[in-house]
Amino acid sequence: MAKITMREAISQALMEEMDRDPSVFIMGEEVGVWGGSYAVTKGFFDKYGPQRVKDTPIAENAIIGGAIGAAMVGQRPVAELMTINFAFSAMDYIVNQAAKLHYMFGGQFTLPLVIRAVGGGGRQLGATHSQTPDAIFAHFPGLKVVAPGTPADAKGLLKAAIRSNDPVLFIEHATMYQTRGEVPDGDVLIPIGQSKVQREGKDVTIVTYSKGLELSMKAADELAKEGIQVEIVDLRSLRPLDMGPVLESFKKTNRAVIVEEGWKSYGVGSEVASRIYEEAFDYLDAPVKRVAQKEVPLPYNRNLEQAALPQAEDVIAAVKEVLK
Amino acid sequence: MDKIGLVIIPVLSLERGMDKEKQLQMYYEMVLIRRVEERGAELYQAGKIGGFMHLYIGQEAVSTGLIAAREPRDRVITAYRDHGVALNCGVSANEVLAELLGKVTGTSKGKGGSMHMADTSKNFWGGHAIVGGHLPVAAGLAIGDQYAGNDNVTICMFGDGATNIGYFHEALNLSKAWGLRVLWVCENNMYGMGTAVDRASAVSQIRQKADGYGMASDRVDGMDVMQVYEASRKAIEQVRTDSQPFLLEINTYRFRGHSMGDPERYRKQEEVKKWEESDPIGIFHAQLTKKKVATDSQLSAIDEKVAAEVTKAVEFAEASPEPSMEELFTDVYADENSNQ
Repeated sequence: MAKITMREAISQALMEEMDRDPSVFIMGEEVGVWGGSYAVTKGFFDKYGPQRVKDTPIAENAIIGGAIGAAMVGQRPVAELMTINFAFSAMDYIVNQAAKLHYMFGGQFTLPLVIRAVGGGGRQLGATHSQTPDAIFAHFPGLKVVAPGTPADAKGLLKAAIRSNDPVLFIEHATMYQTRGEVPDGDVLIPIGQSKVQREGKDVTIVTYSKGLELSMKAADELAKEGIQVEIVDLRSLRPLDMGPVLESFKKTNRAVIVEEGWKSYGVGSEVASRIYEEAFDYLDAPVKRVAQKEVPLPYNRNLEQAALPQAEDVIAAVKEVLK
Repeated sequence: MDKIGLVIIPVLSLERGMDKEKQLQMYYEMVLIRRVEERGAELYQAGKIGGFMHLYIGQEAVSTGLIAAREPRDRVITAYRDHGVALNCGVSANEVLAELLGKVTGTSKGKGGSMHMADTSKNFWGGHAIVGGHLPVAAGLAIGDQYAGNDNVTICMFGDGATNIGYFHEALNLSKAWGLRVLWVCENNMYGMGTAVDRASAVSQIRQKADGYGMASDRVDGMDVMQVYEASRKAIEQVRTDSQPFLLEINTYRFRGHSMGDPERYRKQEEVKKWEESDPIGIFHAQLTKKKVATDSQLSAIDEKVAAEVTKAVEFAEASPEPSMEELFTDVYADENSNQ
């Protein structure tokens, strides 16, 4: 067990899978000679060469469409979107092709494709480069959507995503590459579609994922000082969504707060809250609360941006409210 | 006995260098497409086929000449006007008609419909319904082959309308930048839905668009199957040898509407009638008899054989079962236990 950063964990997963399986290759903008916009693929070009680390034109349709085609004929491409905001340029490929082709052609071929995309706000990149649109992608059957909140999960889930025979959107948070955590040595896979209790507690259940996990952990530490014991369930995968551990925790605490960085309306919290109401209504002691981004395009100004993004204080306030 | 049931001694056509058997096979395929489409139209009018349906009538020579020039290892991918392409790739009339009727015996188990037929065992990678959407995917098929180190060619067919959307440009640019073996084939039938090419495209000859990518190109009469075959054969050979993409514009005309629900206000019936005089099947029929590749009665025998085959295929499709309700939830994911 070594303590490494999220960046190192993702990089290790990619390298291990490329070493293990020659059909795995990387393609994307600046993944090669540059070493990756977030330095995740630093050193890969020298190690694997241009055939396996393909620098693409700035052309998201060609990147994702190309990766889909290569996957259809048996390769295992890992396509990188420099930011998830550029996924909107490639929306047809993610939604109309990747999520549909296996089903639409009666299962004749598979799409063992991973799309790595960097999302999230907090870096003063302005409205078009700071979005957390994860829920949009989780809307589509046929696609798998994974968004880890710890280095160990990032490594294990990315390895599982590369070995999956389905298209997987793997969402990394732009402000979490330096997040450190214990990562087991060796070939450890974490199955896609399994939520996990990241912190145990008896008073309130927080359901979250990705950056929300960081906020929730921070909030839980503060609340613990006041004697409030928070249980945190990390979804890790948004589709398939594993509600098992969420409901189990909720049936114990009877109170829930859902924390996500994306907008509240039609978001992950909306989905999880609905499922709690549908499947555990009798266990409710208080209305489910959602903590999410303010309903504005993210501004550039640092103070305004931070005011729009959910903070640990917002989580603390929401927990206290459901405990009233 | 060859595939179409005639005993033929292969003899080389002096003029074209193609054996007689292959020419008759092409004639058979063109007539097969025509009859399948005609029966499809009847079934559609009878309410047995749902959704959108785009007929290939008038364009049979394009796909037939093109696909006759490929090797089996060469991949074919096309847009939504795909029934004929499927038949040329070797998909049976049974499966095409069954898919149109939404039956489990169809190419896509009844889950794709008219616009989404594929048979990867025949190296036919679909029928794709987003205009231009399959072009980057075609580049991807070629990326896969390039990565595997083989020299398969991907033949990607699309309409003139697809050359105005961004996907076309991203795909052509990538294919040239990366030296992908793709034969880009534009079936220019003069209208993107109801908008004439020169009302939608900056240039009226689609092949000119290759120039922007430094890509080789050619333009051929798509009503003459032998010309299509020759141009396609040369282009495929060039793509394979040079490891470079190529844009082939094939000029053609659809005799029916864009889809079954087309009021055809954008073109005059005189124009359609004039083009019908250049019926690709009629042209090829005349060539075959003139060159003495076949007699009228031999060709009539093929016509009759096709008619019987298509009648049986309609019976097969109508008698085939509907997909079971379990089929609703299969193939959403390939991995097991991908609960939703």
